[in-house]
Amino acid sequence: MQIRISNSDGVPIYRQIANQVKYLVAVGRMSVGEQLPTVRALAEQLVVNPNTVARAYRELETEGVISTRQGSGAFVAGNGSPLALRDKQRLLNERLDMLLAEASHLNVDVSTLIKMLRDRSRHLPAE
Amino acid sequence: MSSATLPHAVAAKPAEAQTIVQVEHLTRRFGRRAALDDVSLSIRRGMVFGLVGENGAGKTTLIRHLLGLLRAKQGSVRVFGLDPVLDPVGVLGRVGYLSEDRDLPDWMTITQLIRYNQAFYPAWDNTFAERLRGDFELDPDQQIRRMSRGQRARAGLLAALAHRPDLLVLDEPSSGLDPVVRGDILTAIIRTVADEGRTVLFSSHLLDEVERVADHVAFLRHGRVALSAPLSEILESHRRLVLRFADSQSARPELPGALSLSGAGHEWTVVTNGQIDALRAAAARLGAEIVDETAPSLDEIFVARSKMREA
Repeated sequence: MQIRISNSDGVPIYRQIANQVKYLVAVGRMSVGEQLPTVRALAEQLVVNPNTVARAYRELETEGVISTRQGSGAFVAGNGSPLALRDKQRLLNERLDMLLAEASHLNVDVSTLIKMLRDRSRHLPAE
Repeated sequence: MSSATLPHAVAAKPAEAQTIVQVEHLTRRFGRRAALDDVSLSIRRGMVFGLVGENGAGKTTLIRHLLGLLRAKQGSVRVFGLDPVLDPVGVLGRVGYLSEDRDLPDWMTITQLIRYNQAFYPAWDNTFAERLRGDFELDPDQQIRRMSRGQRARAGLLAALAHRPDLLVLDEPSSGLDPVVRGDILTAIIRTVADEGRTVLFSSHLLDEVERVADHVAFLRHGRVALSAPLSEILESHRRLVLRFADSQSARPELPGALSLSGAGHEWTVVTNGQIDALRAAAARLGAEIVDETAPSLDEIFVARSKMREA
């Protein structure tokens, strides 16, 4: 599980951890039943306070992304897509805004951009 | 072993034993200047307590009181429930200390430094010391005076950690060090608290480091505690707003509720502490709208509060 903490983007560290775990699960880089590092191990790996990691894990458990078993650690939960619509939008909107701004600078209008997106997506391997 | 020399600590009630450091109404003057002015704070077991403030704000003076190097003339200081001046062995035997200037005996080699500390600390763990020496790539035969700044810091860290202190005190430990050695110090902090029941107090002006590792932050300003709260509370109660004014502002706009204000022309950035409604109303009166609202970093909060004029 590879997570990066940024000090400069104004997002609280526990939220950065929770968001990135959600992302890793959503894109299939972590699979159902996979074990997460212990709070202590992740705190040492990221060099952040253990309570911050514990808080991220609590949030993830409340949202149903992971489940914790007494004494044996935390695991990716198995109940469907862990990303709520709101989270998906939040993850994507930032990138969309940047893309739109860039397109506008390059004089590419939105309908052309949508067509380009569709063309690109045909080149990606299917799920 | 070391607890045999600590009758007071054994007698302490469980609730008191949870408070590792208790400072009450501590005032210290050097000449006419108050280096510490009515400082009260408490540090609970298992906490990483970050002490921040500009140079000369009183951080080191406070730490010197905790170590018994200065006697509390007004107010009181207790560490493990003990007075560090009256019971230096009881306090210092359970404290690991690393200072900014890392005052180590220059003429010693690493092997001699380890033996010297072993004699002082009953709880010294030689296996752990040897492991740290290896991790830090310290040559056992090298003299401290011939070491680089980073290696001296690592030697100091080894000496501060190898008796597994109940309280680790770091005074500006990262000052002037490269990122690799700073990383070693931060990792040592995390490992210390991850071991149940141990406590860390560290002062730093590197706010991004404090934001990563601290549970609780106290902000000293001109010898006073300007703010002391859990880190998450501090971060969540402050907001950074970007205001866009309909008319370009040639002078700083008057905005009640703003801790700091910077910008020019149409767009100004404001850091505020829980007074968003007052600020919103003032902005509306001046013909400005809030175009961005985000959470500021601890660094921005600190800078905003440092620039605040005295009330």
